[in-house]
Amino acid sequence: MEFRHKDIIALRDLTKEEIELLISTAENMREINSRDIKKVPTLRGKTIINLFYEASTRTRTSFEIAGKRLSADTVNITTSSSSSTKGETLADTALNLLAMKPDIIVMRHAVSGSHYFLSKKMPNCSIINAGDGTHEHPSQGLLDMLTMKDRFGRLDGLKVAIVGDITHSRVARSNIQGLTKMGSQIFVAGPPTMVPPGVEKLGNVTSCATMKEAIQDADVVMMLRIQQERQGKTLMPNTREYSRYFGLNPVNLKFAKPDAMVMHPGPINRGVEMSSAVVDGDQSHILKQVENGVAVRMAMLYHVCGGELE
Amino acid sequence: MGEESTVILDGTGIRRALTRIAHEILERNKGAQNLVLVGIRTGGVYLAHELAKRLEEIEGGRMPVGEVDITLYRDDYKGNAVHLPVGKTDIPFHIEGGKVILVDDVLFTGRTIRAAMDAIMDHGRPASIQLAVLVDRGHRELPIRADFVGRNVPTSIKENIQVIFDESKVPLEVVLEK
Amino acid sequence: MSLLIKGGRVIDPSQGLDEVLDVLVERGVIKELGKGLSAPAGVEVVDASGKCVVPGLIDMHVHLRDPGLEYKEDIITGTRAAAAGGFTSVCCMPNTKPVIDNKAIASYIINKAKSEGFCNVFPVGSITYGMNGERMSEMGELKEAGCVAVSDDGKPVVSSELMRRSLEYARGMGIMVISHAEDLSLVGEGAMNEGFTSTEIGLKGIPRVAEDIATARDVMLAEYTGSPIHIAHVSTKDSVRIIREAKARGVKVTCETAPHYFTLTDDAVRGYNTNAKMNPPLREADDVAAIKAGLKDGTIDCIATDHAPHHLDEKDIEFNEAMNGIIGLETSLPLSLALVEEGVLSLKQLVEKMSCNPSKILSIARGSLKAGSVADITLFDPAVEWTVDAEKLSSKSKNSPFIGWKVKGKAVATIVAGKLVKA
Repeated sequence: MEFRHKDIIALRDLTKEEIELLISTAENMREINSRDIKKVPTLRGKTIINLFYEASTRTRTSFEIAGKRLSADTVNITTSSSSSTKGETLADTALNLLAMKPDIIVMRHAVSGSHYFLSKKMPNCSIINAGDGTHEHPSQGLLDMLTMKDRFGRLDGLKVAIVGDITHSRVARSNIQGLTKMGSQIFVAGPPTMVPPGVEKLGNVTSCATMKEAIQDADVVMMLRIQQERQGKTLMPNTREYSRYFGLNPVNLKFAKPDAMVMHPGPINRGVEMSSAVVDGDQSHILKQVENGVAVRMAMLYHVCGGELE
Repeated sequence: MGEESTVILDGTGIRRALTRIAHEILERNKGAQNLVLVGIRTGGVYLAHELAKRLEEIEGGRMPVGEVDITLYRDDYKGNAVHLPVGKTDIPFHIEGGKVILVDDVLFTGRTIRAAMDAIMDHGRPASIQLAVLVDRGHRELPIRADFVGRNVPTSIKENIQVIFDESKVPLEVVLEK
Repeated sequence: MSLLIKGGRVIDPSQGLDEVLDVLVERGVIKELGKGLSAPAGVEVVDASGKCVVPGLIDMHVHLRDPGLEYKEDIITGTRAAAAGGFTSVCCMPNTKPVIDNKAIASYIINKAKSEGFCNVFPVGSITYGMNGERMSEMGELKEAGCVAVSDDGKPVVSSELMRRSLEYARGMGIMVISHAEDLSLVGEGAMNEGFTSTEIGLKGIPRVAEDIATARDVMLAEYTGSPIHIAHVSTKDSVRIIREAKARGVKVTCETAPHYFTLTDDAVRGYNTNAKMNPPLREADDVAAIKAGLKDGTIDCIATDHAPHHLDEKDIEFNEAMNGIIGLETSLPLSLALVEEGVLSLKQLVEKMSCNPSKILSIARGSLKAGSVADITLFDPAVEWTVDAEKLSSKSKNSPFIGWKVKGKAVATIVAGKLVKA
């Protein structure tokens, strides 16, 4: 099995075998993270630019550590404003970055599909998507699948509930694309204002009327972050009512399988999408997700960066 | 298999060579004190277990066996093409101060051994690293030599040496392919 | 300015004609139609055998970007593109800089088109002053200056009261109101049609009901005020239904659609293709079917391109940031002829929708080959196959999703007032 893509922009673009390879490489990368000298020389001399058009401490740090552990030189560019307000277009930014000869650009951008645009402008540079608008967040999808595989030893046949704002969630899209390819069953629930049209056709997805229906007998309960800035004012009355009907707590968690794992892409709004008792409870795998994030991102950097066998 | 292949070491020959190497290791190190075995994936790992069995038979006790995947330490990647899958590195013991017997099936250019030594060093500072190989086929490109050799086989650069294992990872024969 | 067009298939719905005839043009006017006409001395003869000869095509919805946005298009390049596409007349929308909300701007356009353009240009003035949706523009003077309609195209008139009064006032001035039907609160930050494609590629959707609600409102206001109204760029199945029902009730409503709405679905957006980004957005297969049905049964009166040139810099960017709209003048005829091939329209209906109906709706004295009419004539070859090549387009902008398409049917001669402007 070989990974032959220049970029990783969406799990929708990858085959089952390619996803398995990335997960397997990530599993084997974890050994590096557990030892005293957490570094291998693999990407020595490679330059990685972390280009973040949206603030993100967690994902950016995780990619930065991943790059450094592979001995790449990593540079962070964080721009809080969008390109248009700053006055420079993404195309011009791309041309400027190109002059610095980076090997990989890890980008987060508020506009869905921007990475495809950037990739066309930079044919000799790998592009990794660290989140694009409401499209995909492939590293999160991969680390979620790795965390599930750690717990169950498989992904095939798992029943995964995803609860929250599906419409605006790139995490949900990447998980749906990836998990469907790996043979899991996905059940989504959220207020109808947050469930997009045709969600069932995205993959092996069942749309449920209530949260209870979605998490019934689930192996995995994945809660999505409620982002007021994305939901605007029209999708729900307030977070209080949201948490009452779509928040995870020790009572409704009992509908899932007794050993079900609880996941959240973070950062968590405690008391909104999840109660603290669940966040800090035995079934929570949230910190394991974070830990797996570094290994998954190392695997992504390793495989896109490539290397020709002499 | 190549167009023409000859068996240069059969099962019995391999067993004899491994037993001899086990004795030489113990002799050189004056026993099994502080010895650890690290096999290079994948053939070297199987041979490390074979050697461990023999060392345990001779000296008693348990021999720690680790495995190292050198993919991330290779020096032959360049440009932007395809990276090999990464295998598992598993060294479930402290390497600091230990005498590491590094095991591989075939010693060729020495680049794999260089990579494996770097990988081991990143796990700690061993007292020493000694190299045991089943076959040394020559053509070194780095100043590396084996401490324990099963069989020296002069080869041409175009030839290929393969160590064949059975399903239970026991070495069956060494084949020279032209 | 004198021509004899010989041996073409003359299709003129205004006089129920569809037969092989010769057309004699003298001094910019159609002199005579008949068989075996002979050319008077010095008259140029155009061989039209195997070609269709029809009343000059009229595109009642284009953006010429002149004045103010000449980096996208201007009156010269825009009318050259029109002539290349077989159009003898275009109606240009008022969202220029400044807006066509006064006599001076309208006159500038008409004069520039007359002196330097390749076809007739009939401006559309704005409904509201500056297109700001607050106060009516001087519709009387706009009409006097030569505007054939008023519209705030590009955005809706949000206030229902202002739309009602505009319809009433325009009726009094004898000028048509063209509605850009869109409920902006439902559109929000939407960038493409809301449906499975938007769900999968993660772009914010524009629901079809955003168009339907506005269409329904404007149709109801027209019904209530007894004023005529024309709905621009109809793209949804329910808007077609709303208009069909209104026509059946006797409401004075007419409408148009654009070739992309019966040719493409929102699937064209995949890959974040900004040349498939327009407003209203490309819809779904059932909408395309409804648009075709509406064209067939006469609910949709006209095919207009909504020719919207944009500079490469406004399209070669992230999808959300890209401008809406595509150019259409040079691909409209072949894409519409595909409907004839498909059996949706007869050639006669095609000519009605691309010439006779726009002229009737906007009271433009064109759309006919009757003796005595202004000699605006389009000759097209319905069988010729060609590939749309960006390099060969006359428009200043190249923002078309049809670049590289193999199409069938092409204008071979465009005659404006007896003068061959494209051959």
